[in-house]
Amino acid sequence: MAEPWEEENEGKVKKFMFINRKAPYGTIYALESLEVVLITAAFDQDVSLVFTDDGVFQIKKGQTTAGIGMKNFSPTYRALEGYDIEKLYVDKESLDARGLTAEDLIVDVEVMSRAQLADLMNEQDVVMSF
Amino acid sequence: MPIEVNGKSFETDEEGYLANLNDWVPEVATVMAKLENQPLTDAHWEVINFLREYYEEYQIAPAVRVLTKAIGKKLGPDKGNSKYLYELFPYGPGKQACKYAGLPKPTGCV
Repeated sequence: MAEPWEEENEGKVKKFMFINRKAPYGTIYALESLEVVLITAAFDQDVSLVFTDDGVFQIKKGQTTAGIGMKNFSPTYRALEGYDIEKLYVDKESLDARGLTAEDLIVDVEVMSRAQLADLMNEQDVVMSF
Repeated sequence: MPIEVNGKSFETDEEGYLANLNDWVPEVATVMAKLENQPLTDAHWEVINFLREYYEEYQIAPAVRVLTKAIGKKLGPDKGNSKYLYELFPYGPGKQACKYAGLPKPTGCV
């Protein structure tokens, strides 16, 4: 049964892409992005994530944050599947530049060229960059 | 407003969620439930403990839809449905059970 506040926008699904460009700690961008991603998914929208530049470090395995007194929120990326967020894309150039491969990441991703990512971006209704 | 558990004071936020997750002991759930006249049966504890484990693994409080699905996967479809969970936690399994489990309010929960 639909709640009263759900009726107005019933069935309107938009394609949201969230582009993550920054290292996980040091700024609040990564954590804020993750929060918006979870909220967007809670509203049953079509969500995809891109990790590029230092953003690829957000999903790197083996993060230990005790030394900087921050919560290690990287395990939360593994919860995305439960939110039906399964479109995770990583920029190959950014991985290569940092000596990383998909094996170094805590979640299953699709590694793509910048040209492929640009095409995907074109298909979106909303693109947000963090 | 802080709550009293075993003579010890626990800090909570304005909605009654525990301020520090690591403070949690099972008696916190017992006291919070008593304040809301909510009896806690084994079935309630099963959900509370599930939430503790979920948080331990993923570092977030799940949205109610995600919780329902995850419980279904682990405990079977007769428990992984809204009806069952809302009967246990009439204020909403997301909000109420997370609070008793010492978790923050689920993200995306208004």
